[in-house]
Amino acid sequence: MSAPLSGDLAQIGKSVVIKGELSGSEDLYVDGQVEGSIALKNFILTVGPNGQVKASVEAKGIVVQGKLEGNVQASDRVELRKSAIVTGDISTLRISIEEGAYLKGKVDIQGKSEKAAGK
Amino acid sequence: MASVTQNFMKLFRGSSGASEAASPHAAEKLTRRSSGLGELSRLWDVDTPLCVLDLGSTSPANIRFFTERSHKIYSEDLLVASTEPSLVTKDEDGKVVLDSRKFLADNLVYPAAHFDVVLCWNLPDYLDESLVRPVMGRLWSVLKPGGMLLAFFHTKDAGPDSPCYRFHIIGKDTLEMQKIVMRREARRGPTGAIHTAIIDAFRLQRVFNNRHIETLFRDFASIKFFLARDNVREVLVVR
Repeated sequence: MSAPLSGDLAQIGKSVVIKGELSGSEDLYVDGQVEGSIALKNFILTVGPNGQVKASVEAKGIVVQGKLEGNVQASDRVELRKSAIVTGDISTLRISIEEGAYLKGKVDIQGKSEKAAGK
Repeated sequence: MASVTQNFMKLFRGSSGASEAASPHAAEKLTRRSSGLGELSRLWDVDTPLCVLDLGSTSPANIRFFTERSHKIYSEDLLVASTEPSLVTKDEDGKVVLDSRKFLADNLVYPAAHFDVVLCWNLPDYLDESLVRPVMGRLWSVLKPGGMLLAFFHTKDAGPDSPCYRFHIIGKDTLEMQKIVMRREARRGPTGAIHTAIIDAFRLQRVFNNRHIETLFRDFASIKFFLARDNVREVLVVR
């Protein structure tokens, strides 16, 4: 999949390296390196095939095609594509994982475990 | 005619064809009944969410199976983790071994008594000798008292080329097994350049007899064997 071209999408290209806190109110496509934290409360983060993210991530949706190291919290959904390599705990409402994706960490489906705990 | 042309064209697509063969997804899938899993399945319908640790290859089917039932699943592929080149060291006799301390510093890092169930699958049969006992010791400590561990062991009738499988839960006592053929992995070399390494399929390291298995799990409270027809013994142990 190539990098999406959209006016409402911020992009971090392959050669870009960012260290620190990243926050925003638009969708973000990361194909470079990010280290620190990413907060996109109501928006979608996509880690592209060349992306290497070492950060705690909070977003509405998170799509991973590259490498992501850190805990992930999505208020809506997480998608791990077949090339995804994820190390960290995932907390989300919905998750889809393609065959071939690698995950080292916990998967916690928020709504369900809260419901079960409240039974 | 079209298929002849396609076959002929395949001869000229060496690299892409090899890439398909190298993918674990291309591997044939077999279905198998598992008495051990059937015994464990009594736990799945409990009201309180369970903590389950799956030590096989990341399996979307297993993650779906447990999350649909409101359980928490942890996935950690220990066989792949054991291929980390920096683990290679030498023991006092100069024999090449894997550094179990480093391995356990990077893997299976969980609080004590954290899991209700550990799905070990065929890990002990394929894991390097130097890691087997330390890993089993760590698994004992991360299991809750009364927690259960499921492992599969080949019998002596299984040949050395017995394939290593990924296990996907598709029913209360049914598994889908997918042969791990080989895979390609992009790795960053010492110069920083990314190259593609081909990791061979894992090979059977040894065959445990019943006594070896009992010794391996001697710290556990109980052990139950299930004999299967495919040269595999299923073992369910309780901490």
